[in-house]
Amino acid sequence: MRIVVDYDLCESNATCMDLAPDVFEVRDDDFLYVLNETPSDDRREVMEDAVRRCPKQAIALKD
Amino acid sequence: MRKSITIVGASLAGLRGAEALRRDGFNGPISLIGDEPHAPYDRPPLSKKILAGDWEADRAALTPAERFADLNLDLRLGSRATKLNVDSQTLWVDGEPEAYQGLLIATGARCRTLPGTEGMNGVHTLRSLNDCLAIRTALEAGPRRLVVVGAGFIGAEVAATAVGRGVPTTLIESLAAPLERVVGNMVGEVVAEVHRSNGVDLRCGVGVTAVHGREQIEAVELTDGTIIETDLLVVGIGVLPNTEWLEGSGLTIENGVVCDETCLAAPGVTAAGDVARWLNQRYGELMRVEHWDNAVEQGPYAARRLLVDQPADPFTPVPWFWSDQFDRKIQLAGRPSPDDEVQIVNGSIEEHRFAAFYGSHGKLRAVFGMNRPRQVMQGKNLLAQGASWQEALAVAAAWE
Repeated sequence: MRIVVDYDLCESNATCMDLAPDVFEVRDDDFLYVLNETPSDDRREVMEDAVRRCPKQAIALKD
Repeated sequence: MRKSITIVGASLAGLRGAEALRRDGFNGPISLIGDEPHAPYDRPPLSKKILAGDWEADRAALTPAERFADLNLDLRLGSRATKLNVDSQTLWVDGEPEAYQGLLIATGARCRTLPGTEGMNGVHTLRSLNDCLAIRTALEAGPRRLVVVGAGFIGAEVAATAVGRGVPTTLIESLAAPLERVVGNMVGEVVAEVHRSNGVDLRCGVGVTAVHGREQIEAVELTDGTIIETDLLVVGIGVLPNTEWLEGSGLTIENGVVCDETCLAAPGVTAAGDVARWLNQRYGELMRVEHWDNAVEQGPYAARRLLVDQPADPFTPVPWFWSDQFDRKIQLAGRPSPDDEVQIVNGSIEEHRFAAFYGSHGKLRAVFGMNRPRQVMQGKNLLAQGASWQEALAVAAAWE
């Protein structure tokens, strides 16, 4: 599973960071950084939740 | 175990509910009934990207067509639920009765209108894609002036988008500052300053007493006697839950569909999204939340609730929303009240970049952020943990 963020859509609402702070981090520059682009498969449910909860629909999962 | 699920309302809460059932492996029939002609779409872009002309309408689809087909839903667009009887478990759609086994009510809300403007050309509200496209067409035609009544989130976003398109815009707010009822005066004044510095003619503390014009809007008259000539008016003065069709249904209707702490309104009937008023045990009171994020969470919860006798946990979210106005991102988590103490805990008002805590009775109640998303999310976690005011301030002190 690979995390793909569309940075043209992302507006750093940080909902993903709320759900998985070890994978997503919005820093003080207001930009999102993906800390781990390939989380292990046991995190799939949380990652799918991050996809759904993103207000900008900017996150996708690729297998 | 229910073998089929009927969802009334084909927008965010309803669709995300249907998707949750399929994700969980429910393979029985799911009907998704919506009165709009469009496949489920996302509403936040209606006051921003689509209204600005940056996006075409199809980019707002909530679920891409190929994934939508995989859901195997009985999607009934252009169909309106007209009546319900929970005793006989009967739903009427466009006047025709049908039996249901499990029913999720997600009929949302509609805009309040300004009395005296019914049927007048040039007067709009913004809720649906069709509303958005009508306003966009009007903005593209080069109006003399746009007047927006109500500086809530929709009104403020429409004003920001219109100014971005070069349309002279007046924004009218009856309170002393935009969003004052939600965020208080100090923060509301910052929002006002953002609008003024970006060229919005913002008038606060005034209401509309009259709308002039016959077939076409010509001017609005304000409580201070001012008359503003205009050919385009957008009214953003809040919404009303769509519950009229539920009169006589056997459900309790009181500013929404009243539900228990598990979003259950009657045996086999749940509600979610703007129309649902449920007992949020986190706050110990009935709440109706009109936020996007609430629909995304409550739709799945209420759909799953139909398949179990008793869920493990009640639905107790911390409310959270965002609003984009010009280059500022506004976010609020929690429930501030007017007598809360407000403290800036990060950034500064002068830079229009800050986080503020709201607290009372020794507890953190809410966190507001303007271009401070990281701090708002950390504040939201503090709220979820029920942090005390002192604990919250200690966490914020470490941000510096």
